[in-house]
Amino acid sequence: MKLSSPHLLGIEPLSPGEITLILDTAEGFSDLATREIKKVPTLRGKTVVNFFVEPSTRTRSSFELAEKRLSADSLNFSTSTSSLVKGETLLDTLRNLEAMSPDFIVLRHSEAGAPHFLARYGSTSIVNAGDGAHEHPTQALLDAFTIRRRKGRLAGLRVAIVGDILHSRVARSNVHLLTKMGAEVVLCGPPTLLPRGLAGLGARVTHRMDEAVEGADVVMMLRIQRERMKGGFFPTLREYATFYGLDAARLSRAASDAIVMHPGPINRGVEIMGDVADGEASVILEQVRSGVAVRMAVLYLLAGGDREAASQER
Amino acid sequence: MGSASRIRVLDAASIDRSLTRIAHEILERNKGGSAIGLVGVQTRGVPLARRLAARLGAIEGQAPPVGVLDINLYRDDLSRIADHPILRRTEIPYDLEDAVVILVDDVLFTGRTVRAALDALMDLGRPRQIQLAVLIDRGHRELPVRADFVGKNLPTAPTERVDVRLAETDGEDEVVIVKSEHGGDAREETRA
Repeated sequence: MKLSSPHLLGIEPLSPGEITLILDTAEGFSDLATREIKKVPTLRGKTVVNFFVEPSTRTRSSFELAEKRLSADSLNFSTSTSSLVKGETLLDTLRNLEAMSPDFIVLRHSEAGAPHFLARYGSTSIVNAGDGAHEHPTQALLDAFTIRRRKGRLAGLRVAIVGDILHSRVARSNVHLLTKMGAEVVLCGPPTLLPRGLAGLGARVTHRMDEAVEGADVVMMLRIQRERMKGGFFPTLREYATFYGLDAARLSRAASDAIVMHPGPINRGVEIMGDVADGEASVILEQVRSGVAVRMAVLYLLAGGDREAASQER
Repeated sequence: MGSASRIRVLDAASIDRSLTRIAHEILERNKGGSAIGLVGVQTRGVPLARRLAARLGAIEGQAPPVGVLDINLYRDDLSRIADHPILRRTEIPYDLEDAVVILVDDVLFTGRTVRAALDALMDLGRPRQIQLAVLIDRGHRELPVRADFVGKNLPTAPTERVDVRLAETDGEDEVVIVKSEHGGDAREETRA
């Protein structure tokens, strides 16, 4: 089994078989963190450039840890140190990075499609670590991994995704992944934060949170991205919390064994109340743990040799 | 594969006898089995290790613990093959520190799997001793590796493939030699 592309640009182009392969492979990495030597020599001698044009702490450190545990050498570029602020084009930056012959570029960019651009014009494996409001494939994969571990499956589950759907690449990647794998997805948020087109992807859409949470196996809360909130999408944070915040009363409408997820960082008291975030149903920290295993799996699977070579038996 | 020729070299009864003999040899060499633990190499080393443990238990009264080792992260050819083998779990349910470990695999061929297994084990702990048990030794070593316990020495051509099939993984017990049609070198094909 292998992935059909040398890049991970999004969930949309992946087949259910490829998604399962990544999740199964991540299982093999999941116990590494409990060992005394938390490192395997698999990617020894490979170089990974973490190119983060948009601020990110957890995704970058998760990738970095995954790379280090696979024994790859990693190099970090971020906005403040990058020449983009000095006027270099993305293509020129790519050429400069490739002159250092990395094996992977992990890209976080504020513009949708930036990783696709690098994949088209470069010769290095590109991993999308979030592009604008488009996709964040490794986040959706780690969410799916966490759900699968808790529920044993993805197919047939009812998943409610609540919050700022409009700005959320996490929601978009999750809708692609979960519907491909046969889960039932309900998207919920205020009309200003819920784009109309998403219903076409196979998800149900509602503006009433009680309806979205009713009977859900998984309640996934999204962060209110205050930095993107210049447009006045809702009157006040307090009003948002009243209508779309997850508290214990709302959670009690979900299935009795429902799990609560959040890609982080959480805004306590806004989209999620503290007692729910710290409660028994919350798997928020498990998501962080899963992230490293899933990213190791992605790098491992993309690190194959000549993809053109005849596929071998055994 | 297609209509490649297929010769059965071991049937269920002879696999059974080989494992019984290996169990006795393990006990003889280690003067009883009190301090030993088994580690099966994924995939087919695992059922073999379980069977050996059951036999050791039947002889000595107490079966040694069995661990499971996936060596794929330690392979030396990962950057050459696009089609990566599925990664499976590694689980050793006992303390490797100062243990005598019997590493169990189905076929000893180039020796590269054993090299990877040794590296993987060392990262998990520091056993006092590691011994190697294999059902089939088919020769053609590329590394200085030798098995301590061998079920059957099987002279083969590099172009042939040895398939160990076990009830637990393949529905029945047998070892067959398959002559590859295209005549490619099996060392390039098999998992090291």
